[in-house]
Amino acid sequence: MFEKDKLEELKKEKKEWEEGSLKKVLDKFAERKDEFMSISDAPIERLYTPEEVEGLDYSEKIGYPGQFPFTRGVQPTMYRGKLWTMRQYAGFGSAEDTNKRYKYLLDQGQTGLSVAFDLPTQMGYDSDHQMALGEVGKCGVSISSLKDMETLFDGIPLDKVSTSMTINSTAAILLAMYIAVAGKQGVPPDKITGTIQNDLLKEYIARGTYIFPPAPSMRIVTDIFDYCSKNVPRWNTISISGYHIREAGSTAAQELAFTLANGMTYVDSAIKKGLDVDKFAPRLSFFFNSHNDFFEEIAKFRAARRIWAKIMAEKFGAKNPKSMMLRFHTQTAGCSLTAQQPYNNIIRTTLEALSAVLGGTQSLHTNSMDEAFALPSEESVKVALRTQQVIGFESGVANTIDPLAGSYFIEALTDKIEKEVLEYFDQIEALGGVLAALERGFFHKEIANASYRYQKEVEAAEKIVVGVNKFTTGEETQMNLLKVDPGVQKKQEDQIKALKEERDNKKVEELLGGIRQAAKGDDNLIPYITEAVKEYATLGEICDVLRDVFGEYKEQTVF
Amino acid sequence: MDKKIRILMAKPGLDGHDRGIKVVARALRDAGMEVVYTGLHQTPEQIVEAAIQEDVDAMGLSILSGAHMALFPKIIDLLKSNNAEDILVTGGGIIPKEDIEELKKMGVSAIFGPGTPTTEIIKYIEENVKN
Repeated sequence: MFEKDKLEELKKEKKEWEEGSLKKVLDKFAERKDEFMSISDAPIERLYTPEEVEGLDYSEKIGYPGQFPFTRGVQPTMYRGKLWTMRQYAGFGSAEDTNKRYKYLLDQGQTGLSVAFDLPTQMGYDSDHQMALGEVGKCGVSISSLKDMETLFDGIPLDKVSTSMTINSTAAILLAMYIAVAGKQGVPPDKITGTIQNDLLKEYIARGTYIFPPAPSMRIVTDIFDYCSKNVPRWNTISISGYHIREAGSTAAQELAFTLANGMTYVDSAIKKGLDVDKFAPRLSFFFNSHNDFFEEIAKFRAARRIWAKIMAEKFGAKNPKSMMLRFHTQTAGCSLTAQQPYNNIIRTTLEALSAVLGGTQSLHTNSMDEAFALPSEESVKVALRTQQVIGFESGVANTIDPLAGSYFIEALTDKIEKEVLEYFDQIEALGGVLAALERGFFHKEIANASYRYQKEVEAAEKIVVGVNKFTTGEETQMNLLKVDPGVQKKQEDQIKALKEERDNKKVEELLGGIRQAAKGDDNLIPYITEAVKEYATLGEICDVLRDVFGEYKEQTVF
Repeated sequence: MDKKIRILMAKPGLDGHDRGIKVVARALRDAGMEVVYTGLHQTPEQIVEAAIQEDVDAMGLSILSGAHMALFPKIIDLLKSNNAEDILVTGGGIIPKEDIEELKKMGVSAIFGPGTPTTEIIKYIEENVKN
């Protein structure tokens, strides 16, 4: 960024400063630590100067918002045009309970919905299945059939609200139900907007709600890409997620590398299936964690955009700039929340949210202060949402685009993370790609090592967690926690029983048979699933058929 | 030489959060214990069967999904009906304080919440396993 002569002069000046002013102080007073490290254990220098970014070509590496390589953001006006979507992930108890919470959040100024499903819904079990014991309505809303989905969105206009659904193994079924509910409201599939997570690779790597083995999972994912590109064109068909990889204990660079490697695997698989890259790639979206190392996270988001743009253009030959844009949702780091002195979590979340905004996120979820104990209460969710509103409307950070660009530190860090990510790509490729690396336990080992190292550092007080290993008080803070109605499971069981008595069971059997045939062959599965959910075939019934045909995945246990 | 402590680490129910249990499993192994980890999505029956087959002294159950009040008691009951209540039952996860008190009354020996140092868990297991 500097001319050669000027740079030489600056280097000389820096050397003089090091040997003069700096040395004088260091001789008398040592710094607080021998080595300063990011939370990911990346070494951080004392001072960044033009020297650290000397090779940086502005046009090639940084550029302009809305233009390749999108380092500065995906839209030309970014938050001056429209603030990020404030989208709180929510769901608990019955569809009725969650419907009330959604209406509350929309009343409070939230601009999009984000559905948390309970584990039985995510794992393909109806609420009356024995595997659902104790789990119904606990970490999300319980949906067993279209009936529940109708209740969940009752009175919420699906042509006006965009909905993100954190659903993976059963994504096709929940999307089919959403399309059906919209249809009943008179909203056609090409008018609905939203996202399904639909990222199975990270389920095997870090999140754990897989059902089928990787091959049939990849097939369902690409069936969805294909179906949506023709029928639900405004729907984001996948949210390729680093969030859970980070929560599982990875470093920032690992989060980014593994997520983008998964992204490439999906693109590759869709192209091999015969899909045109510029038809499906514009609907790919991403989901990252915002952890509490402020600058490292901002650099991570900027590096993510640059790396993905190059991959899509150079590796996959995309022509449409929309195929190259990495659009992402962010959630603040759940694993950074502490049960000790929980009010401190508001501060942590604020800093993490600010990183996400300075990193150019398209939508954001801020965690609530009480989430180290339970699902958040209405009161604590309100504080979390207000955190975003204060950042967006009061702080002024949304007035200009990518305000930290050009900071010697941020640019050097962005470059460094990019380099680390590319090194991981080489390693994964050498192992034979993501699926082969997964089989060899590569991701699990990498993540387990990083998380164990971090735990050791916290226990040795090399890393400080306020209220946990420093500034502790031993006091317990009383909070009014959310309690999920324990009667939900029974209520759901009764409803499923009633449903099975009133629907056309012969028709349901026929449609389930159709799904079985399609699963055995090559037909796109989605139209079959769509027909079955409309006749109130349950989620569990559909998954039982698919489990029967595809089999179930068994994880390797690496620790 | 003392016999090594054998411990079963298990994930009951459908919860997929395994960062905590893997860190604790490794810390216990590093502390010289023999650790068996079941992996995700285990039913109470599978866990109790594994505990008996592996002849463990203790178990560490991890639940972050909120299903603890249904699954922990079931495991305790199954241990009793299989005459295996001498196995020390401990747990961890996202568990509100009032539930911890309930679980202790039912026979869970200790619950370790977020932020617990692994050294504290190791010490507890070493002191409380009946030799």
